[in-house]
Amino acid sequence: MIPANFDYESPRTLSEALDLLASREDAKVLAGGHSLLPAMKLRLAQPSMLVDIGRIGGLAYIRESGDQILIGAMTTHGEVAASKLLLRSSPLLAQTATEIGDTQVRNRGTIGGSLAQAHPSADYPAAVLALDAELVVHSRKGERVIPATKFFTGMFSTQLHNDEILTEIRVPRTPGEGTAYKKFHHPASGYAVVGIAVRLKMSGGKIDNAVVGITGVSEIAYRATKVENALRGKPTTAFADAATHAADGVEVLGDYFASTEYRQHLAEVMTRRALAQAAGGKR
Amino acid sequence: MAKNGKASSNSKAAHWVGKKLKRKEDPRLIQGISHYTDDLKMAGMVYCVLVRSPHAHAEIKAIRTDAARALPGVVAVFTGEDTSAVGPVPCAMQMPDLKVPRHPVLGTGRVRYLGEPVAAIVAEDIYTASDAAELVEVDYEPLPVVTDMEKALSSDTAYVHDQFKSNQAFTHTLKGGDIETAFKKADKVVSQRMINQRLAPIAMEPRAVLAEYLPGENRLTVWSSTQIPHLLKTQISVMVGLPETAVRVITPEVGGGFGSKLNVYGEEGIVPWLSMKLSRPVKWNEGRRENFLATIHGRDTINDVELALKKDGTILGLRARILADLGAYHQLLTPLIPQLTALMHAGCYKIPAIRIDIVGVFTNKMSTDAYRGAGRPEATYNVERIMDIGAHELGMDPVAFRQKNLPQPKEFPFTTITGLTYDSAKYQEALNKALKLAGYDALRKRQKAGLKNGKYYGVGVSTYVEICAIGPSAATPAGGWESGTVRIEPTGKVTLLTGASPHGQGEETTFAQLIADELGIDPGDVNVIHGDTLAVPYGIGTFGSRGTAVGGTAAFMATQKLKAKMSALAAHLLGCKAADITIGRGRLSAKGGKKSISFGELVMAAYTAHSIPAGFEPGLEATHFFEPPNFTFPFGTHIASVEVDAETGEVKIDKYVGVDDCGNVINPLIVDGQIHGGIAQGMGQAMWEELIYNEDGQLITGSFMDYVIPKAHFFPEFTLDRTVTPSPVNPMGVKGVGEAGTIASTPCMVNAVCDALSSLGVRHIDMPLKPERVWKAITSAQSGGMEPLPPELSSRAKRNSSEKASKSSTRRRP
Ligand SMILES: Cc1cc2nc3c(=O)[nH]c(=O)nc-3n(C[C@H](O)[C@H](O)[C@H](O)COP(=O)(O)OP(=O)(O)OC[C@H]3O[C@@H](n4cnc5c(N)ncnc54)[C@H](O)[C@@H]3O)c2cc1C
Repeated sequence: MIPANFDYESPRTLSEALDLLASREDAKVLAGGHSLLPAMKLRLAQPSMLVDIGRIGGLAYIRESGDQILIGAMTTHGEVAASKLLLRSSPLLAQTATEIGDTQVRNRGTIGGSLAQAHPSADYPAAVLALDAELVVHSRKGERVIPATKFFTGMFSTQLHNDEILTEIRVPRTPGEGTAYKKFHHPASGYAVVGIAVRLKMSGGKIDNAVVGITGVSEIAYRATKVENALRGKPTTAFADAATHAADGVEVLGDYFASTEYRQHLAEVMTRRALAQAAGGKR
Repeated sequence: MAKNGKASSNSKAAHWVGKKLKRKEDPRLIQGISHYTDDLKMAGMVYCVLVRSPHAHAEIKAIRTDAARALPGVVAVFTGEDTSAVGPVPCAMQMPDLKVPRHPVLGTGRVRYLGEPVAAIVAEDIYTASDAAELVEVDYEPLPVVTDMEKALSSDTAYVHDQFKSNQAFTHTLKGGDIETAFKKADKVVSQRMINQRLAPIAMEPRAVLAEYLPGENRLTVWSSTQIPHLLKTQISVMVGLPETAVRVITPEVGGGFGSKLNVYGEEGIVPWLSMKLSRPVKWNEGRRENFLATIHGRDTINDVELALKKDGTILGLRARILADLGAYHQLLTPLIPQLTALMHAGCYKIPAIRIDIVGVFTNKMSTDAYRGAGRPEATYNVERIMDIGAHELGMDPVAFRQKNLPQPKEFPFTTITGLTYDSAKYQEALNKALKLAGYDALRKRQKAGLKNGKYYGVGVSTYVEICAIGPSAATPAGGWESGTVRIEPTGKVTLLTGASPHGQGEETTFAQLIADELGIDPGDVNVIHGDTLAVPYGIGTFGSRGTAVGGTAAFMATQKLKAKMSALAAHLLGCKAADITIGRGRLSAKGGKKSISFGELVMAAYTAHSIPAGFEPGLEATHFFEPPNFTFPFGTHIASVEVDAETGEVKIDKYVGVDDCGNVINPLIVDGQIHGGIAQGMGQAMWEELIYNEDGQLITGSFMDYVIPKAHFFPEFTLDRTVTPSPVNPMGVKGVGEAGTIASTPCMVNAVCDALSSLGVRHIDMPLKPERVWKAITSAQSGGMEPLPPELSSRAKRNSSEKASKSSTRRRP
């Protein structure tokens, strides 16, 4: 429970932070610290320098810009969960944030940190996939925008390079859509054994469009395209059959708490329930 | 005392006992301004970190410590070769055929469980010590690992200790009555194998040891987070080879123990020895990961239980064969715990024949030992589960079946066929109260109605008895008495020195309450001192729900001695007979009430000793060592109501009722608190907690990310009530309450969930009832074809067996 030695820097500007980050190969960004610090205490992570981005002004915000809502990377889960703007215009992210950890975790953990960490059972990945979010990344070389669908590359790994900082998450407004995040909590860690983020657009009793992002089931969060395809143009009675495809084509994880078989079963049940909830609670 | 209690001696002052006083301990604990061992800092203090084995079973080929030693700030590095004269870690149990391996403080030659310490680093600060620990290189040659008890006993096994040529550590049989005939005559025999899983005690404060040796004075002071300071003092003196008079043990605040600190650990030998060796204060603080690995575990038994029944529901006999996983070494009471299990298999029923056979098994795991309930929860679980299964097979309501077999109040004291004498009980009263509070009949109605709508409601009942106030010395390895010294200081303030060593139970409050009533003073004027072997006469400690019934009684008895002395002095000063003195609130009065003396004046007179009767010893101090004549046997009924999501296997607990009888109650608030915590821990075992070692002896659930400690929001509100049946075993009529909730709630929960699913053909599910297990039990009972499948499950089962399995490949999580 005692971390290895490290240096600590708390820059006040993004460019200072990017310089510090580029100055050492094993420097790491520190955001809310709720994934990084536990890993350091167990000596699973031993960065030689922490670049704390918590004192850089202007990295925590939720604001509108055209068709999108922009969320600063340092915005805490608690702020996302409580955002009136999100709840009004694009509720899925807020619905997801309320399910993360506990109050302390939500008050410290950040959306940028969670996405950068890419924990296979983290909640946000399901939502940003379902929202086709865009992730804005800065380095000394400049800015690039990565679509959420390309961002996650494996368990705990993403498109982010060591010298890059994720600064902003952009999600679309979802007017007229039903959204839901259904989560089966691991009772110890609080993470998602299975987490299902759903967007549902209906018209005339038929499903116009359904989007399903799934976390916890496989090494990385994914879009359940087979479920989505099976629903297009169908009535809601198609939910149950479509949900059976929730884990199609992915390698399902298994562990002491939820075997492959059970996790796959849960993916189906929770997908069906998430779809039903999204259909019922149009906001 | 509370309503039904005996009037206590000649005191007319009863006032505080029975009141819901807030705990004296709480303000300092809640504000975080109190001191735990790790909060203490000594001048020149150095820090110890232990290097632990990453293997469950391996030969140590070589240990290289040069790199660690070379790190600036490292003071010393020691291995098992250096510490061969320290220890061994003691086991207090003596049994005829018990195999006792030597238990070194640092592993030498071989390591036998994951986390066994092999080297001790001492450095100027904790960071350097932790860095140095990573620099110690150990060459291990892995050996075959023994984790499964049944395999451990087979011929095809490796041995944990080669010298015994067997992994069987002991056998123990307890029997009474004619068991063969009982089973021959039975109309029905029900049997069930039940696994009582391994648990981590998880005190909020892990262990911690700070030792300071002063060579000039030849004095060793050890601060340790322990439940048993005096026994520890004795054992430390043996482990490090100092006269006992040179050793002092202090327990600062102790952040919970649950039995895990009713022990003597290797670290409590190493750290003092390091201080002696280095002539500097040395501190070791256990990390949470270490706490999972190397603090004793609880439970871990395999139970084959059988019940012989008559058609009308009369119990004829109970038989069980139990394998108990002891781990690799014996800790202080490791082999005792299964024997407590054997003892309590009579439950609260009239069972004319019982036979329990227990085999203790060595495995390559951490030792098991006392964990809240210590052996009794295992017994109660076996009994209460087999009672439910029996009722189900007879087609009887589980409550009616229990009622039929409970002894009546007039049958007490009630002697079980295996020789325990239950002190006092009104089982029916507690049961009826619980049924009423739970609305039992309405719950059954809802259950029936629910089935029509695909809802699975269940009701679980457990009527329990437990054994407390441990215990008569003859039945306790290191003595079962307790000491109390009451001293009235010249200013009239009272000091109680208690050998019990509370660590969260609130005795600073309850003991003050009971003494305050006896002396007619305010509890705020009674200061309870514990946990310092230099200040407090020898005592045994706090465990086995004994604190109040044994330690409190010692304090009570010492107070009686003091009252006799005060009466003698008052009589002398007032010119009457001692027998005519009454001690009221703040005054001692002669018969008739005309002449009296204030408490303060009398105390001062005892100290100035200007006018004392012949033979009167000045001062006001009395000590009593109380030897209890018997155990006490608290009891009660718990009822749980649950709903199971048959599709996911999740259990929703919607109601929980506990009616407990712990005899007279000194502080209802504290009693409720003990029950609350107990229920939470017992439910924790039923629903969530499990230590899983894999085949290689690696601990899969060794952190809070994996080991499920229930959180407050997992629980419904507990509805608590009690009945009061005073114990005749001690003058206060108290029984004990520390473990009751744990003992009652575990089978209660499992009974409720199995009851909910009985219509689907589920008979038993092993703990913890995690969703996947519940779901699997449902699907496998269903594929056994007992009842028609509910629609949502039938589609599932079909898909399971065919297409889906082939679509996705399996992958294990790292
Ligand atoms: C008890 C507990 C329960 C939890 N339960 C859940 C849960 O239910 N669901 C869930 O999803 N999560 C859960 N978490 C994780 C939590 O959400 C973390 O806050 C999150 O994973 C990391 O965010 P952070 O801001 O704390 O990041 P940090 O811990 O500070 O950083 C995490 C990683 O991301 C990198 N990083 C951080 N910010 C940036 C950035 N802007 N740009 C580039 N790299 C960056 C860091 O270098 C580090 O590698 C839990 C955590 C705890 C401690």
